[in-house]
Amino acid sequence: MRWLCILFPQLALDAVLRSRDDPTVPLALLSGPPQRRVLQAVNESARAQGLRSGQSLTQARTLLEYFDTVEHDPAQIEHWQQFLASWAYGFSGHVSLDFPRTLLLEVASSLRLFGPWPELEQRLRAELQALGFQHRLVLAPNPLAARVLTNVADGLAVDEQALQTELQRLPVARSGLPGELVESLQRMGLRRLQQVLELPRDGLAKRFPPQLLAHLDQLQGHHPLALSCYQPPDRFRQRIEFNFDVESTTSLLFPLRRLIGDLATFLAGRDCGVQRFVLLLEHRRQPASELPVGLLGAERDPERLFELARGRLERIELAAPVQALTLLAEDLPRFVPAAAELFSNRPQQSQSWLQVCERLRSRLGDKVVQPLAAVDEHRPERSWLAQERGDAAARPPGPRPGWLLAEPELLNDLFPRVLAGPERIESGWWDGEDVRRDYYLIETRDGRRAWAFHAAGRPGPLWVHGWFA
Amino acid sequence: MGAVVALDRLLETRRVWRGRQQSEPVAEQPTGHAALDALLPAGGWQLAALNEILLGQPGSGELQLLWPLLARLTQAGERVVLVGAPAIPFAPAWQAAGVVLAQVTLLQVRGAERLWAAEQCLRSGSCGAVLCWPEQADDRALRRLQVAADNGQTLAFVLRDRRAADNPSPAALRLLQERQPRQWRVLKCRGGVAPARPVCISL
Repeated sequence: MRWLCILFPQLALDAVLRSRDDPTVPLALLSGPPQRRVLQAVNESARAQGLRSGQSLTQARTLLEYFDTVEHDPAQIEHWQQFLASWAYGFSGHVSLDFPRTLLLEVASSLRLFGPWPELEQRLRAELQALGFQHRLVLAPNPLAARVLTNVADGLAVDEQALQTELQRLPVARSGLPGELVESLQRMGLRRLQQVLELPRDGLAKRFPPQLLAHLDQLQGHHPLALSCYQPPDRFRQRIEFNFDVESTTSLLFPLRRLIGDLATFLAGRDCGVQRFVLLLEHRRQPASELPVGLLGAERDPERLFELARGRLERIELAAPVQALTLLAEDLPRFVPAAAELFSNRPQQSQSWLQVCERLRSRLGDKVVQPLAAVDEHRPERSWLAQERGDAAARPPGPRPGWLLAEPELLNDLFPRVLAGPERIESGWWDGEDVRRDYYLIETRDGRRAWAFHAAGRPGPLWVHGWFA
Repeated sequence: MGAVVALDRLLETRRVWRGRQQSEPVAEQPTGHAALDALLPAGGWQLAALNEILLGQPGSGELQLLWPLLARLTQAGERVVLVGAPAIPFAPAWQAAGVVLAQVTLLQVRGAERLWAAEQCLRSGSCGAVLCWPEQADDRALRRLQVAADNGQTLAFVLRDRRAADNPSPAALRLLQERQPRQWRVLKCRGGVAPARPVCISL
């Protein structure tokens, strides 16, 4: 077994920073009661100006006149840990969230798929970097050792022998023991874990509570540590709140790209695609506007999803300034990548018809792309439908025009030449749209052939219903 | 020696150089009208290029001209896209002409979006043929379609009013419908001199 520990030293701050378009603006997370606001975490540029976590807000304001503040929300940490777990689920089947701000992954089997450790490490780091989370990684033979070593190291990969030396060097204060145990060990003059490990076991058992020995055993891998297993959720919901009113759809594109990137990460971890998702634009004192994005097939490529969502977003008018953007995806079918033909003679950059359809629909609207089908029906206006599947219609009894007019037009020709007809079409008495017409094939003065009718049995002005082309 | 070789076959395999270049490419997409095919240097429609059809109002015989091709393409499983068709394609008649309707897609768009949509379809290379009825098309727009058809290796058709016949066009093939008598004249064709003789295709 090999365990990978990923520690997120500033999870709450990173979660806030990644949704802001300029991370260099000084920013502090605030917590505490209104009487005494305390800085919970500060970003790089705020730290450079002298702000530290733990300072009171008043003190911070005297140091730096202007900096952004965001309310620290512990629920958000939980949310982001879940999100990162869904990302890590793409690398390992056993992901544990038992430690706060930490992911523990069993990677012995993952190494076979994702290459040797340096490659996997590089990949994990690159992806976390892209997601915008600072992190520390340690690979160790057991989960507790991996977790404890992240306290002092980053990028460390140890096997059984190296683990012993690393553990011996570990300061007692950073060994993950509860505070009171650390204190009493230090009072005994024990600074390094090596000194503790060298003490006789029975003495330790007599002097200290049993959790010390259990901890030491678990650190060295003598006793297993039971960890819960992460189960990915069946839906994806993420929200970005703005600290200002967004009035144009263009400014929504940056947070949208973030949301869709996260959705794609989630989908890749679950190995599924998304068929339909909803963007909720929240307004002040108004119900949120919903923008559904429906796709023809399951998809999970972030670029494509973003382009489709963007096409739809750019077409709407914002009813009111937007305060928060939520992406909600519940329809997550299996994702089957499109198979391309090996010996296709199509050019390299070609897209599948489905992708073209999605692009057209996203820019022009859902109703624009229409299929065509024939229906076995005598009434001309009902013998075709904009749907995928039709009847294998019988051959029509008379001549039928290639173009049918949506609305019949009055024939602008007093003496047309009748070439054929009349052909009576009388049908539909059962559904209230009774049609009784006599159709003629006529030739107009300019030599075009039309399909025209008048009411059955009552010769009068002719109405053109279609053109033979 | 001694083996008798048919002259035709020798010429067909192009092992005999005949002095004058006579590389007639095999017509991969004949129009389906023998008289017209005989006139066109490619022996049919220009592949991976823009074919321009100039005619009067809808109903002047454009479908008679195109149906054989559309029927052949759709039967072969290729997709045919109609961008901004002037009226509803009457399904029973199209079916009777041999067109497989499941392979036909209509794009009901207006204005400049027609050109954009046609370009997207052409560029994707996922369609067999794209037919576009632009509302306004200048030289630049047609050139874009021509390039897109070339990129996507797709047959492109643009159907315009015959008044545009006097303006130059980047299309590889231009067919003009003459009013009286009703016949087709090749205005321009890539790979050869436009034949002077018009062709009549009956309704």
